[in-house]
Amino acid sequence: MNLKLIRRTLGIVLLFEAACFCLPLICAFLYHESEWSIFAGCALLCLALGFVLKWNTPKDMGMYSREGFVIVALSWITISLFGAIPFMLTGACKSFFDAFFESASGFTTTGASIFSDVEVLPKSLLFWRSFTHWVGGMGVLVLLVAVFPLSGGSNLFLVKAESTGPAVGKLVPKVRKTAKILYTLYIALTTAEIILLLCGGMNLFESLTAAFGTAGTGGFSVTNSGMAGYSSYIQIVVTVFMILFGIDFSVFYLIIIGKISHAFRSEEVKTYLGLIVAAIVVICFNCRGIYGSFIGGLKDSAFQVAAIITTTGYSTANFDAWPELSKTILVILMFVGACAGSTGGGMKVSRILILLKSIKKECKIAAHPKTVHKIKLSGRMVEHETVRAVNVYFIAYVSIFALSLLIISLDNFDFTTNFTAVASVMNNIGPGLAKVGPLENFSLYSPLSTCVLTVDMLIGRLEVFPILVLLSPYTWKK
Amino acid sequence: MNIIIVGCGKVGCKLAEMLSHEEDINITAIDVQNSVVNDVVANFDVMGVVGSGASIDTLNEAGVKEADVLIAVTDSDELNLMTCLIAKKTGGCQTIARVRKPEYGKEIQLFKEDLGLAMIINPELAAASEMARALRFPSAIQIDTFAKGRVEILKFRVPQGSVLDNLKISELSNKLNCDVLICGIERGEVAHIPDGNFVIQSGDLVSIVAAINKGSQFFKEIGVKTNRVKDCMIVGGSSTSYYLANMLLHRGISVKIIERDEKRCEVLSTLLPKATIINGDGSDKKLLLESGLEYAESFVALTNIDEENIMLSLFARSKMNGKLVTKINRIAYDEVIGTLDLDTIIYPKNITAEYIVRFVRAMRNSLNSNIETMHFILDGKAEALEFKINESSPVSDVPLEKLSLKQNALIACINRGGKIIIPRGQDMITAGDTVIVVTHGKGYNDISDILE
Repeated sequence: MNLKLIRRTLGIVLLFEAACFCLPLICAFLYHESEWSIFAGCALLCLALGFVLKWNTPKDMGMYSREGFVIVALSWITISLFGAIPFMLTGACKSFFDAFFESASGFTTTGASIFSDVEVLPKSLLFWRSFTHWVGGMGVLVLLVAVFPLSGGSNLFLVKAESTGPAVGKLVPKVRKTAKILYTLYIALTTAEIILLLCGGMNLFESLTAAFGTAGTGGFSVTNSGMAGYSSYIQIVVTVFMILFGIDFSVFYLIIIGKISHAFRSEEVKTYLGLIVAAIVVICFNCRGIYGSFIGGLKDSAFQVAAIITTTGYSTANFDAWPELSKTILVILMFVGACAGSTGGGMKVSRILILLKSIKKECKIAAHPKTVHKIKLSGRMVEHETVRAVNVYFIAYVSIFALSLLIISLDNFDFTTNFTAVASVMNNIGPGLAKVGPLENFSLYSPLSTCVLTVDMLIGRLEVFPILVLLSPYTWKK
Repeated sequence: MNIIIVGCGKVGCKLAEMLSHEEDINITAIDVQNSVVNDVVANFDVMGVVGSGASIDTLNEAGVKEADVLIAVTDSDELNLMTCLIAKKTGGCQTIARVRKPEYGKEIQLFKEDLGLAMIINPELAAASEMARALRFPSAIQIDTFAKGRVEILKFRVPQGSVLDNLKISELSNKLNCDVLICGIERGEVAHIPDGNFVIQSGDLVSIVAAINKGSQFFKEIGVKTNRVKDCMIVGGSSTSYYLANMLLHRGISVKIIERDEKRCEVLSTLLPKATIINGDGSDKKLLLESGLEYAESFVALTNIDEENIMLSLFARSKMNGKLVTKINRIAYDEVIGTLDLDTIIYPKNITAEYIVRFVRAMRNSLNSNIETMHFILDGKAEALEFKINESSPVSDVPLEKLSLKQNALIACINRGGKIIIPRGQDMITAGDTVIVVTHGKGYNDISDILE
C-alpha cells in the first residue's frame, strides 16, 4: 500500500476543495453576507492542510487497483467532512451528524436535506450546497486527473473507481484526455442549461443553483417549494436537461465526433429512454383523476419520472399523494437509476440489463444444459468478469440495503418511510415517500440513523466497492 | 499521432510502455485475448480493443482511419503481413510488421515494396546485428547508424595518454590520416558541438561520424583498444546465432557454434560451411574447455534459457579475458543482471521495440519535413538529423565555408548516392544528397533551418 501517494493525493484533493470554497466566498461578498469569513476560513484551512499533506512528492508514484479504491473512498470522505464545516459554523445545522449528512448529500448528488426551511439560510450557503452537486456529479478525481499528474501510472484505477457503471472504458487512449473531454462536455451542457434558464426569466443565482443540481443529478433547491414555483418553460428545460445528464457521456462524445450510428447503437440509452416514455405514459394514465385529463398530468409526470430515474430528486408535485401504482413505479425507477457513465446514481440501466439477461441465460441453460450462451450488450459480448462483478455488486447492494433498513428501523417509523429513505439515499435521489416525501425532509432521524444514511450515500455514489475495499482487512495487510 | 499496436505480447507491451509516455502519441492496442488487453490497459495509458487485427471491424473500431502508424507484432508473420495489408488498404496509414521466419528473409524487400510496408523488423536479425556491433567495437559506448547503415556515429571515451589528449580538433586531420569528423564532446555534464579550436582532453566522451569501414581504422590510429575480435564462440544454434555467425564470417571472423541438437547442427553446417559446428551440450564444462574457450577472444551465450546463458557467461568470464555477449529473453530482473560482470547483455525484445520506437519517432519528426533519420546523441543533449536535399534548397551548390550556419550546428556528413563524404570547407552539397547535421537546436524540419 503506497501510503505516501495516498497522503499526497488527499492533499491535492484538499487544495482543490480550498479552490471550491472561493465560489461561495464570492457569492457571500456579492450578497453582503457576513458568512464570507466562514468560507474564507474553510478555504484557508483546506489550503494549509492540503499543502502540508502534499508537501513532499514520494519517490514511488506507483498506483495499483487497491490504492485507486482507497484514494477514491478517502477523498470522498475527506471532501464531505470538510464540506460540512460551513453548515456547522453558520449555525444552520445543530449537530455535526446533520452537517455531515447535508454535505455528503451534496457531494454524492443525493439532494436529501435535513432543512425544513431553506429560504432562511444565507445565499452563500445555499450556493455551496448546490455547487457540491456539480463537483460530485462528474467526480472530483476525474477532474483532478484531467489537470494534475496524480500518479506515476495512467490514473486509470482512480477514474475506474470513481466513475459509474459496470465496465468503465475510455473515450480516447489517454486517461487525461478522456477526463478533459468528460469535463468539457459537462461544462458545456451545464452552461447551455444556465443560458436557457436565464432566458426563462430565472435570476442568475437560481439558474446557477438549479443547473448545478440538474447537472450533477443532485436535487437541492433554493426554495421551499422545490421546482414547483417556477414557470412551465423552466420546468420543461429542467426535465430535458435531467434526462440528458442521465445519458452516458460517451454517447455525446460519439455524436460530436460524428459517429452518430455508433452512438445510437447503445442498448442502454435506448432502454433508458424507453423506460422514461413508458413510465410517463402509465403515470399520466394513472393520475388522470388528479389532473383532470391524461394530458393535464403530462408535465408533472414527465418531470417526476425524469427526476427519479436520473436520481436528481427535484419535485414539481407532491408525488406522495399520487395513486399507489404511480408511486410504486417511481420507487422501482429509483433502483434502476440512470445510464452508466452519466452523472446519475442508482444501479444503472446497464447493470439491470445484464442481470435480466443473466436470468434468461440461466433459463436457457436449465432447458439445454450444454448450451453455450454469451450475454451481449449493444451487440457486444459482455465479459464473464463483468457479469460476475455485476452479480456481486447486486448482492452487496442488497445486503447493505437490508442492514441499513434494519438499523434505521430502530427509530420506529413506518416501513414505507424507512424503505424509501434508504432507497433514496443509496440511489442518491433525495426525496422518498411518506415522512421523507418530496415536501418533507430527513431531520426526523436520530443521529445513528443519520450516520447510517450518510454512509449509504457514499456507498451508493461510489458504487459500493471503494468503501468496502477501504474497510476490508485484506487491503491493509502488509 | 495515433498509433495502433496489434498483438500485445512482450514486444507489444514494451512498445506501449515506451510510446505511451509521450504526450502527443495516442495508442490503441489490439489483441485477440481479452485478459491480455485488460492487462495492457491497466498498466499503460492506452486504449484496448479485443479482436483480430486482420478484421476490418476490429481495425475500424481501433480507429484505423485516423491512425498514422500501425505496428503488427503478433506471433504469426502471416497475420502481421495480412494486418498491415488490410490496414494500408482501409486506413492508408504507415505500417510496420514483425516478420521473423528466416524463410521469408529474401521476400522482405518484396513485402516492403508490393505491400507498401514502411518497415519490416526481424527480432532475431536485429538482435544479431546488435551483437555483431558489440563485437566489432567493444569499447564504443553508443553506435547510431545513418544513410541506410553506411554512416555511423560512434561514442567512446578518450583514454589516458592517447594521441587525442590535448589535441586541437583542427590538427586532427594532419596528425591522423583518417576521414572522420568529431561531432560532439561530452565533458562532465556539458555537451559541446566543437569547432576547430576545441581541445580534446583524456576522459572526454567523444562522438565521431565515420563511414562504416572507417571507424575501426580511426580507433586503431588513436590507440583505443578496440579488442577487435578474430574469433567467436557461440553456444546455441538458434536462428539468431545463424544470423550472427553469417555477419561475423562475412567480416572474416572465425566462428565456432556449439549446438545440442544433431539435426540443427547439420542444417547449420550446410548454411554456414565456413563455421565450425560442434554437436554437444554447451553447458558441459569439459566440452567448452576442449573447444578452446580459454583462448577464445569472444563468447556469445545464445541458448534459449536465460539462466543457462548467464551461467555460461559467468563461467566464461572466469576462464577467459575476451568480450562476452549474453542474450536474455525475459525482461524482468534486468537490475540484478546488470550488477553481474557480463559485458554486453542483449535483450532481443527490447531491441525490437527500440527499433520500432526509433522509427516512429523519426517518422513523427519527419511528417511534413525532409528528415530521413533522427537519433538523439550526446546523452540526449543533441540531435543528429539526416536531411534530404531538394533542388531548390538554399544550401545546394554553395561551398560549405560560404554558408553561415547557426552556432552549435554542424554539417557532419554528406551521402551522395552511397558515397560518403566527410565534408571540408570546399565541399558542396548538391540536390539529391542526404546530409547529416548535428545540432543542439530542436524542431528542425529542413536543412535550411540550420542557416542563420
